[in-house]
Parts: sequence; structure tokens; C-alpha cells
Amino acid sequence: MRADQILHPTPAGLYCPPGDFYIDPIRPVPRALITHGHGDHARSGHGAVMATRQTLEIMAIRYGTDFAGQTQAADGPLRVGDTTVSFHPAGHILGSAQIAVQPDHGPRIVVSGDYCRHPNPVSAAYEPVACDIFVTEATFGLPVFKHPDPAGEMTRLIASMAEFPERPHLIGAYALGKAQRLIMLARQAGIDGPIAIHGALQRLCDYHVEQGIDLGPLVPATAKQVEAQLVIAPPSAFASAWVQRFRDPVIGFASGWMTVRARARQRGVELPLVISDHVDWPQVTRTITELAPSEVWITHGAEDGLMRWCELEGIPARPLRLVGYEDEPE
Amino acid sequence: MRAFSTLLERLAFTPARNAKLRILRHYLEQTPDPDRGFALAALTGGLKLRTVTPGLLRGLMVERVDEQLFALSYDFVGDLAETIALLWDTDRDEDVPLHQAVALLSDTGKAGLPTAIAGMLDRLGASQRLAFLKLATGNMRIGLSARMARIALAEMGDPDVAQIEEIWHGLTPPYQPLFDWIAGGPRPEQAAKAPFRPVMLSTPVDLDQLQAFRPEDYVAEWKWDGIRVQAINDGGVRRLYSRTGEDIGTSFPDLIEALNFDGTVDGELLVRRGDDVAVFGDLQKRLGRKQVGRGMLDSHPASLRVYDLMIWQGRDLRDLPLTQRRAVLDGADFGSDRIDVSPLLPFATWDDLAALRADPPAAVIEGVMIKRRDSVYVGGRPRGPWFKWKRDPHVVDAVLLYAQRGHGKRSGFYSDFTFGLWDADQLVPVGKAYFGFTDEELRELDRFVRNNTIERFGPVRSVAPKLVLEVAFEGLNASGRHKAGVAMRFPRISRIRWDKPVAEADHLSTLKAMIA
Ligand SMILES: [Zn+2]
Repeated sequence: MRADQILHPTPAGLYCPPGDFYIDPIRPVPRALITHGHGDHARSGHGAVMATRQTLEIMAIRYGTDFAGQTQAADGPLRVGDTTVSFHPAGHILGSAQIAVQPDHGPRIVVSGDYCRHPNPVSAAYEPVACDIFVTEATFGLPVFKHPDPAGEMTRLIASMAEFPERPHLIGAYALGKAQRLIMLARQAGIDGPIAIHGALQRLCDYHVEQGIDLGPLVPATAKQVEAQLVIAPPSAFASAWVQRFRDPVIGFASGWMTVRARARQRGVELPLVISDHVDWPQVTRTITELAPSEVWITHGAEDGLMRWCELEGIPARPLRLVGYEDEPE
Repeated sequence: MRAFSTLLERLAFTPARNAKLRILRHYLEQTPDPDRGFALAALTGGLKLRTVTPGLLRGLMVERVDEQLFALSYDFVGDLAETIALLWDTDRDEDVPLHQAVALLSDTGKAGLPTAIAGMLDRLGASQRLAFLKLATGNMRIGLSARMARIALAEMGDPDVAQIEEIWHGLTPPYQPLFDWIAGGPRPEQAAKAPFRPVMLSTPVDLDQLQAFRPEDYVAEWKWDGIRVQAINDGGVRRLYSRTGEDIGTSFPDLIEALNFDGTVDGELLVRRGDDVAVFGDLQKRLGRKQVGRGMLDSHPASLRVYDLMIWQGRDLRDLPLTQRRAVLDGADFGSDRIDVSPLLPFATWDDLAALRADPPAAVIEGVMIKRRDSVYVGGRPRGPWFKWKRDPHVVDAVLLYAQRGHGKRSGFYSDFTFGLWDADQLVPVGKAYFGFTDEELRELDRFVRNNTIERFGPVRSVAPKLVLEVAFEGLNASGRHKAGVAMRFPRISRIRWDKPVAEADHLSTLKAMIA
């Protein structure tokens, strides 16, 4: 069987005919395999969903327990149609996985989903999985993206908090994964006191604590008087009247995009923090070099840059041009 | 240079003036000499370095990065120096002292420059690379004026801003004597000729407040709508300073040539053709030019209207009462028809003066100045001796079109408002205002914006054209940059017209008719 008969893009998402399933479909489908809990990958309304136990639990928190007709936790290799599938840590967020698809006849394909190789206290470390075809994101698929050590970014945050002790520091971070990682980074950097979190983060933070990730003392940032200098909120909160309760805040944002000044300015950010849970350029190119697949498929992101690199390296590559995934759905 | 690169980044992203000042002051307090002095010079445009061209930088990249990957990267980042800083491939991140980078950029010959720059970039991490490249391309763009730098310096020690301004122009980077003085050492000798002297400023007043004073204690003169300047000829050294001490002489060579006197005088810079003083917009065309063409010198001739004498023929007059300075001024010969004296206005009562102010003889007059006869000349803005009584502002009724979220104390509030006027049956944006309203009104405007949003673009929202704002402004300039062809000066929201139907807002033609 040819590779594109095993997996190919459709309007609903990547489809696997021999297994009769979709991976991270953007529309309701009878059977979905889901890499991780971010909203653009994990949607509700599918007939059956297979994902890691943590991804299933996260989906239940976000969409309610009836988010799919039936669910199955992915433990070890599993038969689906005429394929064997297995889930492997992706290092992106809690529960995130790469999905390896082994058809009975034909090449082995690894769909990496969103992945990251920086150490991340809220996610199991990325595990390289040998394959014939490696399906990768290219969110930061340009050589300008070399994410710095996050500890250095925390040093900048702490310096700003010391320089402006009277100003609350409101840092935008996506509710799932990035927010908890930011809290853990703050703890590692020595911020022991209470950190305030926006109401939209509460249940996901609670879930991380239940999973054994000690986030330390958290207080709600919904009160009239917020008792913490460091406040973490999802990006959408910054357009709402919620911000108005803070007096002269420093607005920050934690994202890989903050590498580029124009992007930080667009967001009206005063303290850009380059903290990403996606592979940067050195990581994505190193991963491809290590895995040495016979072909690379690029799902979404800055595919032109990565395509060019593959061309220079003599690695066959093709863009899948999947739509429906956000720029950095962290 | 690590601290310098952090400083640049913080200043670039920090919108509030006071926060910028604090960041700069902390940097200056914590950074050793001579680096802090070079940083200060770099920020205030006082550093004369070899300018590195974009062509040279591109040449460095051609040898190092695939052309297509470079083009894709540049396209995404949008700034050449930043693209190169991000793309440069090195594992090193040495904290290279700023003075080393400055020395490299001032001492290296043209032929050796590419190799020297590459060698420096090889030693630096990404944020230092960006700082170095911004230094090399002479392109800081962090919105910090020399005036603000001097305020930060004044916050560091005893000398105040006026004292620092007074010696500023005699100093050269890295300003060691200045920092020594701030730390308690001796005041630097004023070595340079024609130094800037702190300017005396006025406070606003109105007719009610004037009733507390006796008219006979004061003189009055027109307040000309030009640029307040200090013109100097000190033993042949000629200077023209703005009132904050910026040397603006290079933009006005015609006036510099006319400073054929011996002294330091306080006056208004104007464009004047014969007896006709031109509108501010004409003067604005002369501002900020490094070179002025013959045609511009002929069509927009600069002139000086003198208000006061500070130093005259070797005598410092600043401690004399105004009437005595004025007597010397009235008898002075400036030796050029580009320079004349601001006439005093005849009045016996404040009502007399109100009548004059209500009907000035020229559009370029923006009110009257009222000065105590016995006032000595002191730098700064003392309360009392000098008043400005400005003409009432112009107003138009405009329609709110867009709103942008504010920063700092206005975080979370839509506080920057773009408004428009009717042009035929369309509303054309004519300006932006972000003050004039009370905190309570800001909350009401914010609520209105949120409830009437049509579209969002990042921090900006377009708003249903439903609300009329009364916009007050000081004057108008023709402007090619604005779609409507006019730019308002100091626009602010003077009233929110919740009551007024949008159809009754003003037309663009009304505004254009106000251009004198
Ligand atoms: Zn994701």
C-alpha cells in the first residue's frame, strides 16, 4: 500500500482508510484518534474517540463527560481496522502524544501532533519514534525561531516585578499547558508565594494538581482585590473588562511568537516572554535528522521554510496544508 | 552590552513615560562607566559612529544563510537588523562591554568593517546581537528624548534638570564628569561656547483668575504660534536651541546666518514673509531637516521675534526685573531684518486685554502672554510671574469610529479614540484623541465601545457610528499623511454628545475651511 493510501488529508482532517479513522479531525467523524487536548485538535461530537487517558480526561473537563459517543484510552499498541496504532509522548502538554500508524502492509507513519523537546515539567518528555514517514508541524518552521532557555525568560519577568513592585504583572498564557508550565517555571525560578489565576484556568490547574504536578499556592484573580503580584490569564481575558480591576498592570504574554518584536507589538505587550511548547527550528530539524524518515509531511505552520530545508538536505517532503489549526494553539 | 540590550528592549516595549524613566534611571545607576555614558549617548543621538549600511549586512548573510530561507525569514520578521540578529548562528553569549562595541564601530576602517562586525556577532547572544546591530545601523527608535534622559539623570542625584540642561551641550560621551557631578563631585566646567540656558515658562490662566491681580503690575504681549527658541551668538559661536535644549540650528541656516549680535536671546521662531507671519504648518515644513534646499529657504524664510534678553553684550541680565531687560531690548540693534521684537500690548484693565485677545490681528496668534513687570528671569515654570492666556480652542463635533486599548493605568480600557467627519455621505477619519475625558467618562466610553463593536483587529475595535464627540483642538495643519488631508494639533475630547444625532456631526469641509 502506498503511503498516501494509508493517510491523506480530507476536509475533515487526516484520514486513514485501512483503519477507517481520522487523526485530530476538525469536524465530527465516526472515529477519531486525538493527539492532545488543545481545542483545535480535540473537538467534541465524534462517534468514538481514542486518546491518552489524560487527553480524554481533559476533553471531559472542557466539553463535559458526553463529549463523544464512546471513548477508549490508548494503552500500548491497539488494532484499529487493518492497522496497529500506538501513542507516544510528545512533550507538548499534559497527555500529549504522537500517534504511530502501522498498516498491515506498507510504511509506518508517525503523526507527531504538536510536540516539543524542551524539558517541560507538565508533560512527559518527547520520545523519538522510528518511522518511514514523519508527519510534523511547522509552527515555528523558520530559522529565526530559536527558543531561549525559559529560565532566562523567567529572570526577565522577575526583574520586571522587582523594578515595578507596585504594578501587578498580568501574563497571558493559554489555559491548557502553557499556563501550568508558566506556573511551574515561576516556582523553579523561586516565586514561592501565591500566584493569581484567572477563573478560566481553575479547573485545568486543579486537574494538573490531581495528576501530581504541584503548582503551589494559587489564588483566584476574580476577586476585587487580587492578592498576588503575578497573575496568569488566558489571552482572551485581556480584551475583556476583567483587566480593569488591576491598577497600572504590566501586560505580558508567554509565547514562541514573542521572539519577533512586531508580533509582540501587535499584541500591545509590555513584557514579551519567549516560552513555547512547540519545537523551534533547531529542534524540528534535529528531529528529522535523527529519525531519518524516507519522507516528511508537514501539517501546518511555516511550511515553506521547512520544505526548503528538506530540499537542501535532500529529504523528500510535502505539505499537507491542513486547515483549522491555529498558529500557536498552546 | 547585555544590560544595554535589556535596556533597549524594555524601553522599546514600555509605553508609559514614567516607567521608561525608571528603567533608564536603574540602568544608569547600576552600569559602570564608561558604558552607561555611551548608552546615554546612543539613546539621545549623541554618538557619532560609522554607519553600517543594509547592503553590508545583507552581504554578511549571503555567505551564511540560504537565500530562500533568509528571504522567508526577513519577510516574516520585517526588520533587517532583527532578522540577522535572530538568524546569526553562534553558541557564544559573551557579555561584551558596550565601549568595545562603540570602539569597533568608530575606529574600524571601511574595508575591515564586514569582518569586524561578523567577529563581534559571533561573540554575542541574540538580544545583544540586536542591540549591536541597532547601534551599527543608527536606528534605535525607542521613543526616548534627550529631555527624558536628562530627567532620569536629575532623579539620580542633587543637580536638577535645569542645571543639567545648562551644561549638557558642553559635554561629550561618555559623560564621565557629568556622572561624577551627579554622584556628589564638582560641577563640570562649562567649556563649550554658546551653552543652552534653562528657559522661563508660564502657567495657564483665565479671566476669573486674573481678577486677583492688578493689571498695572503686568505687561502683555501676543503669544505667537511658532516654536519657542533660544538664539545665541557667543563670541561668534551661533546656536539655536528649542526650549528643551535641543540644538535645531542645522534646520535653520538662514536664521543662524542672521544672528549678528552678541548675546543670548529668548524668542519665537516663525516663518515670516515681510510683515506676514505664516501659520505653524509652514514652520513645520522646515523642522527636522538635515539640509534645507534653496527653494525652501526662499519660500519659507525663518525669522525670530524676540521676547526677552538673557545675556546681552557680555552682561547677564537674568537677575534684573523684566522692565529693565525690556528697556535694553527696546534699544537693541539686531542687525538683521529677520529679527524683530515682540511688541507690548496696551491695556488698562483685564477686560481691555480680553478684548484684544478675542480679536487678534493675525491667525498665527494663539493668545496673550502676561508677565509681571518685576519678574526676574528664572529657568523652569515658576508659578505666578508669567501667565499664558490662550485663545479658546476650536471645536468640531465628530463621530467615534475606532477605539484602541490603552496601556498602563488605562489597561483594559478602550481609551484611544479615532473620530471622523462627514465627507458627502461617508465618515472619514480625521484624528485621534486620548485625553480630555474624566475617569468616569472613560468608563462610559469603554462600555459604549464594547457594546457597539463591529469588528476587532488586535487591540483595535471598529465601532458602530452612533456617538458624537466634541473634539477641541489648537490648530490645523495640512497633512499628506492623513487621509482627510488635515491634521489637528492637540486634539482632545471636550464633551461627549450622547444627545446629538450622528447626522448632525460636522463635515470635513467645515474643518478644511479653518485652515488659515
Ligand atoms: Zn497544541
